[in-house]
Amino acid sequence: MAVTFAVTPRTQTRPAQAKRGPRGRAVRRSLTGWAFAGPATVIVVGLSIFPAVWAFFISRAKWNGIAPATMVGWDNYRKLLQDPDMIAATRHTLVLTAIFVPGSIVLGILIAVALNQRIRLIGFYRTCIFVPYVASAAATGILAGFVFNPQFGAANDILRTLGLPQQQFLESGHQALYVICLILLWGEVGFTTVIYLAALQDIPRELVEAAVVDGASKWRVFRHVTLPELRPVTVFVAVWQTITAMQLFDLIYTTTRGGPLNSTQTVVYYIYELAFQTQRLGYGAAAAYLLFIVTMLLSLGVILRGRRRGTEVF
Amino acid sequence: MRRSWRLPFSPWHLLLMPLALIFALPLVQMVLTSFMSSAEINQFPPKLIPTSLHFEGYRHLFSETHALRWFANTVVVSGIAVVAHLVLCSMAGYGFARLKFAGRGLAFVLILATVMIPIQLLMIPTYLMFARIGIVDTLAAAFVPWLASAFGIFLMRQFFLGLPVELEEAALIDGCGRWRTFRSIVLPLAKPALTTLAIVTLLWSWNDLLWPLVAISDDTKFTLQIGLANFQGMRRTEWSQLMAGNVLATVPLILAFLFAQKKFIATMTFTGIKG
Repeated sequence: MAVTFAVTPRTQTRPAQAKRGPRGRAVRRSLTGWAFAGPATVIVVGLSIFPAVWAFFISRAKWNGIAPATMVGWDNYRKLLQDPDMIAATRHTLVLTAIFVPGSIVLGILIAVALNQRIRLIGFYRTCIFVPYVASAAATGILAGFVFNPQFGAANDILRTLGLPQQQFLESGHQALYVICLILLWGEVGFTTVIYLAALQDIPRELVEAAVVDGASKWRVFRHVTLPELRPVTVFVAVWQTITAMQLFDLIYTTTRGGPLNSTQTVVYYIYELAFQTQRLGYGAAAAYLLFIVTMLLSLGVILRGRRRGTEVF
Repeated sequence: MRRSWRLPFSPWHLLLMPLALIFALPLVQMVLTSFMSSAEINQFPPKLIPTSLHFEGYRHLFSETHALRWFANTVVVSGIAVVAHLVLCSMAGYGFARLKFAGRGLAFVLILATVMIPIQLLMIPTYLMFARIGIVDTLAAAFVPWLASAFGIFLMRQFFLGLPVELEEAALIDGCGRWRTFRSIVLPLAKPALTTLAIVTLLWSWNDLLWPLVAISDDTKFTLQIGLANFQGMRRTEWSQLMAGNVLATVPLILAFLFAQKKFIATMTFTGIKG
């Protein structure tokens, strides 16, 4: 601010204005600030905080969007806790999360370590492994339906070549959820790999060299130097991927639409059906709030666990 | 260390080569299949390379659906999303980083809080809100939520905080207004952050499925992603058309990725570390 005073010496010559000056300047400063920050702030806050609060009121009503809503208190939440479809959807979502999150971490670290070697073709490998991340979930789902087609898909062709029995994949109620896990990993591992690769390259070289000089084997260096250094990134990746898995919708919509026999119905898919297929807006909003709370708790758990283990190490 | 035998190449290739094929081959197969005839596709064992080029998948896709329209819609929605993000988020980021104004702290906390609110919580009230303003079933419904984002504001703010203020101060002393200083001094320095923001916004808005699916039901207003998803729901077996649609939906971004790979990877790393 000293700068502005220096270039406006007029205030000294006119004492009346000097009195009003600072306040007028503060107002003008605020106006400038809001002119810069206002539009984006209004859009972001208006399209999230306000609807989120509204969603809470909807979640305490019985409403199809047309007829007047009746307030039912916590009824929707109580019903959801006993709704067999909701319980099944929750189970599928948790199974997905429990496989996908550790899977993407382990694969991400493994591939990142491999890509961090100084060998030939590394640029080619990197491109191949990252490219699925750019493909949309809709396209990935459709492509997966083709690759895992029981009649003429490539997956069954590989099984046949290996002399293994043919599978139904996405058309089997027992396999579909696990196949979706695989597809999700295929699409998302590029992302975790990139992050781990950056983290690996951030590890100070002296740290590794010191361990090697001390006679540690490659595995021990990895286990006791590299892995602990990656821990903060792992906490982040675990939270991010937990959220991705808990909110999975796109892939389900473009592969199985929750089938066969609801075996792949996830919570978000169920919410979508409730709200936009059967017009049970209040019930759907309540399910969305439950999912939100569970996801927050899970993420918090991951963060706290990461912290605690982090302090134990050092 | 002594070994009785040695591989002629690094053992890491044994891991990376199969993985690279698993990740890339399905996409290659997608492109090749889009040029096959239906008869060829329905053979078992499946063929990777088409015996001759067929364009019937594309021809039927364009004549039986509004695929070209969907493509144009997606370009419009993503284009508006990227431009609006670049303008609004860089302005807001600059405001929060450099200007002092009443309510700044509260506004910034509110913006950060929105990061935690997931789309499935917002889609019901947002749909009702858009229905009331009368923009449901228009392209505007698809791009309005993409005009600005908390991530974008935060990214730009962090970038501007890291920029030395001396340059701007010099411009301000010379009598440059805030707006001109921002446009002609600060923005040109912000290119790396703006590139990151543009790539993230392009990726996310181009590939968005759930929200447009909720907001748009008129099939001339579809984006490619929902157009394809719904087309697949009706024609599960017309693979050459489905693959042609997939090519349309993914190849633009894949090409962009191949040409600007370094920038994409830097962006993904950034979203990982700062997001």
